[in-house]
Amino acid sequence: MTEQAVTDTPEPEAGDGVRRRDFINIAAVSAAGVGAVSTLVPLISQMSASADVLAASSTEIDISAIKEGQSIKAVFRKQPVFVRNLTAKEIEEANAIPADSLRDPQSLADRTKEGKENWLITMGVCTHLGCVPLGAAEGENKGEFGGYFCPCHGSHYDTAARIRKGPAPTNLEVPEYEFLSDTVVKIG
Amino acid sequence: MARILSILVGLFFTVALLWSFGNGAILVATEGLGEETAEHAFHQHPKDLKLASDGAFGKFDRQQLQRGFQVYKEVCAACHSLRLVAFRDLAALGYNEAEVKAIAAGYQVPGVDPNTGEQTTRPGLPTDYFPKPFANDVAARAANNNAIPPDLSLIAKARHNGAAYTYSLLTGYQDQPAELVEKFPDSKTGEGLYYNPYFPNLNLAMAPPLVSDGQVTYGDGTEPTVDQMSKDVAAFLVWTAEPKLEKRKQTGWPVLGFLLFATVLGYLSYRNIWADKKKKKS
Amino acid sequence: MSFPWANEYKPQAPFMQWMDERLPLPRLVYNAIGAGYPVPRNINYWWNFGILAGICLVLQLVTGIVLAMHYAANAGVAFDSVEHIMRDVNWGWLMRYAHANGASAFFVVIYIHIFRGLYFGSYKAPREMVWLLGVVIFLLMMATAFMGYVLPWGQMSFWGAKVITGLFSAIPLVGEPLQQWLLGGFSPDNATLNRFFSLHYLLPFVIAGVVILHIWALHIPGSSNPTGVEVKSESDTLPFYPYFVAKDGWAMGLFLFLFCAVLFFAPNMLGHPDNYIEANPMSTPTHIVPEWYFWPFYAMLRAFTYDFLFIPAKLLGVLAMFGSILVWFFLPWLDKSPVRSGGYRPLFRKFFWYGLIPTMALLFWCGGAPAEEPYLMISQIATFYYFAHFLIILPIVSAIERPDPLPYSITEAVLGEDENAQLGPAA
Repeated sequence: MTEQAVTDTPEPEAGDGVRRRDFINIAAVSAAGVGAVSTLVPLISQMSASADVLAASSTEIDISAIKEGQSIKAVFRKQPVFVRNLTAKEIEEANAIPADSLRDPQSLADRTKEGKENWLITMGVCTHLGCVPLGAAEGENKGEFGGYFCPCHGSHYDTAARIRKGPAPTNLEVPEYEFLSDTVVKIG
Repeated sequence: MARILSILVGLFFTVALLWSFGNGAILVATEGLGEETAEHAFHQHPKDLKLASDGAFGKFDRQQLQRGFQVYKEVCAACHSLRLVAFRDLAALGYNEAEVKAIAAGYQVPGVDPNTGEQTTRPGLPTDYFPKPFANDVAARAANNNAIPPDLSLIAKARHNGAAYTYSLLTGYQDQPAELVEKFPDSKTGEGLYYNPYFPNLNLAMAPPLVSDGQVTYGDGTEPTVDQMSKDVAAFLVWTAEPKLEKRKQTGWPVLGFLLFATVLGYLSYRNIWADKKKKKS
Repeated sequence: MSFPWANEYKPQAPFMQWMDERLPLPRLVYNAIGAGYPVPRNINYWWNFGILAGICLVLQLVTGIVLAMHYAANAGVAFDSVEHIMRDVNWGWLMRYAHANGASAFFVVIYIHIFRGLYFGSYKAPREMVWLLGVVIFLLMMATAFMGYVLPWGQMSFWGAKVITGLFSAIPLVGEPLQQWLLGGFSPDNATLNRFFSLHYLLPFVIAGVVILHIWALHIPGSSNPTGVEVKSESDTLPFYPYFVAKDGWAMGLFLFLFCAVLFFAPNMLGHPDNYIEANPMSTPTHIVPEWYFWPFYAMLRAFTYDFLFIPAKLLGVLAMFGSILVWFFLPWLDKSPVRSGGYRPLFRKFFWYGLIPTMALLFWCGGAPAEEPYLMISQIATFYYFAHFLIILPIVSAIERPDPLPYSITEAVLGEDENAQLGPAA
């Protein structure tokens, strides 16, 4: 900040000597700079998720009790995840719409595992601004398309949890998951 | 005026001190420096213990940590909790994910019945912490001759020279020396207590936990002598107290190296900048 | 505010000129720690500790703010949250150890800084205000450090809080209610921990504020120097930048090197094992000691073992402990010698090196030792000398002493000594 150029640095003497001297000063200041920047690494990285939080980032869910047409809310990374056992009618409804015509073009098959098309597993987090949509629990408003409805800003999701109406930009996110067995799903 | 006041205040404090000193000195002169106690006379400093994690280049011996964990699990865990350690942390001992899962599942941790909501237990997950052997302090006290077995997570840092202390304590049980009882008849080891010269007050409520060679069976072929098991569990407790010890030492060297380099550069730069001021002295 | 020959701030870049007319902050920096601040050219390495103290304050502020992002000030979880920092938070162990050892480093630096001031008479006119503000900073530091030590909620935290707030109960009439008010209860608990955390977060910023006043007050007369002779001409000084920036810079590197050696290889050396045991109100550690930097004052507290003139020993100890620092406030008026530097005061110098310094060493030693003989008698002798030194010896010495002849100027002092030890490698 201070005008370093005008201060009385040592009188230049002759060619090489001056260069060598300047070099040492520049090297010293650079080393201080490198040190300061490296110090920032731990200071910044301490804010990212700690080991206990990361360790809790997978969860196993027993889906044996979810009957056709029912869904449950489980917890994954401290956020709700919806596990829904679709009925044949719901699957039909979802497949009836050409994926290309949607805001976020995806077919039901893109969003489920092969052979397990009836298991729709999505994050229960509206892609608009993060509210929890309704529709996972018995008797909740499922919106105009029979899937989920976010009351915060009126986003409607269909039976494949794809955005059909309202401000949300994308479909409800499908987390990474795998079937450990027919009845146990591991999310994350 | 200020000086006179100051000297008066000074005299007040110094005379008050002389009063304390004088009274104390008379007491010492008449009664000596206090009576020697059994603890003073018979307490011993921990034996020497060398661990792989010692020193500036120290690293954990993972085989030893695994053996120590086994000793903790099969012997100590009956009474001592390890509440700050999670099963997932055991990956640092060299266990793979499946092994960690299996170890965790081998423990029952408190849980809630998903159907009734009642308190129950369930098999542990890697994210769970080691369960406590007693429900609460009252239960711990009741089951252990009125002494609560301390949590072992931090014990290596919570005692002076913790690792050596643990090792010495485990191997230091002995009969109370006859001369102690002779000299200090009041200090005879009480009912339900055990004499151990490495324990601060010489008598502890913990019965010797490692009594015979082969008390645990090591998978790696190491001879499970009492001495070896004590060393191993001491090493394990160094790890539980500071799992980041290795990373700390490994980070330290490059940091010190860099600082040395930067300081030398800074010194040269300083000499450089002051060079003409030194010569001309103007 | 400064010497007539001080470099003037002349911004070259148009933006800096524009800035200078609107908010002359660069000018302020230039005149405070830039080329616009002329510094006596003969200051020695003891003068580096002021800047080092500033570095320590920044270190503590930065690591402290980071730790507060993870720490939970609740008696139920505080201990575990610290262990969470040590085990799970990314680089948490580094932040925590840096903060704990940073407090020790801060006190090492500040003690050297204070005793440099005591020896070279930096408290004397026209720098009394610099000294007074410095004592205020030291008191604030002590309060901050004490409350910070309570936060991990270990055994020493708890019993330290109990014992130190117990000091206030020595005050006649209001003592007991005062202690209860400080603790927010009968014993340290959640209320205590929460308020200590709040104040521990607040006070460092107050310290930073007083530090600014301290530096401001320093810049009125300018820095003192080992001869104690005031600056007379331009040849007595060199601009802070680049000369003292370079000198402070490499000293800072050396300091950080030593600090990191402790931080990475012996981080628990200065701590107490008992603080790795969670606070237990039902069981007192066998040997309660405060952190090492409080030992001299703790020794003085315990030195009073008998009631005197109907004043209880407990109250005497408390008075002495606070009095031992309060006496520094009066120092500029107790030591009236016109000569500043101990280097030219033969009698003062003897009392300093053979009286005060060994006394402090004894007090450090006794403060960390158990409260039993012979430590008590030794601390009584040391405390006796401590008060005698400041309240009796200094006023008398300053009245009767015949100082050595002073050099005419700083320049003469520098030129007159070829192997000038005080100037170090630069001489």
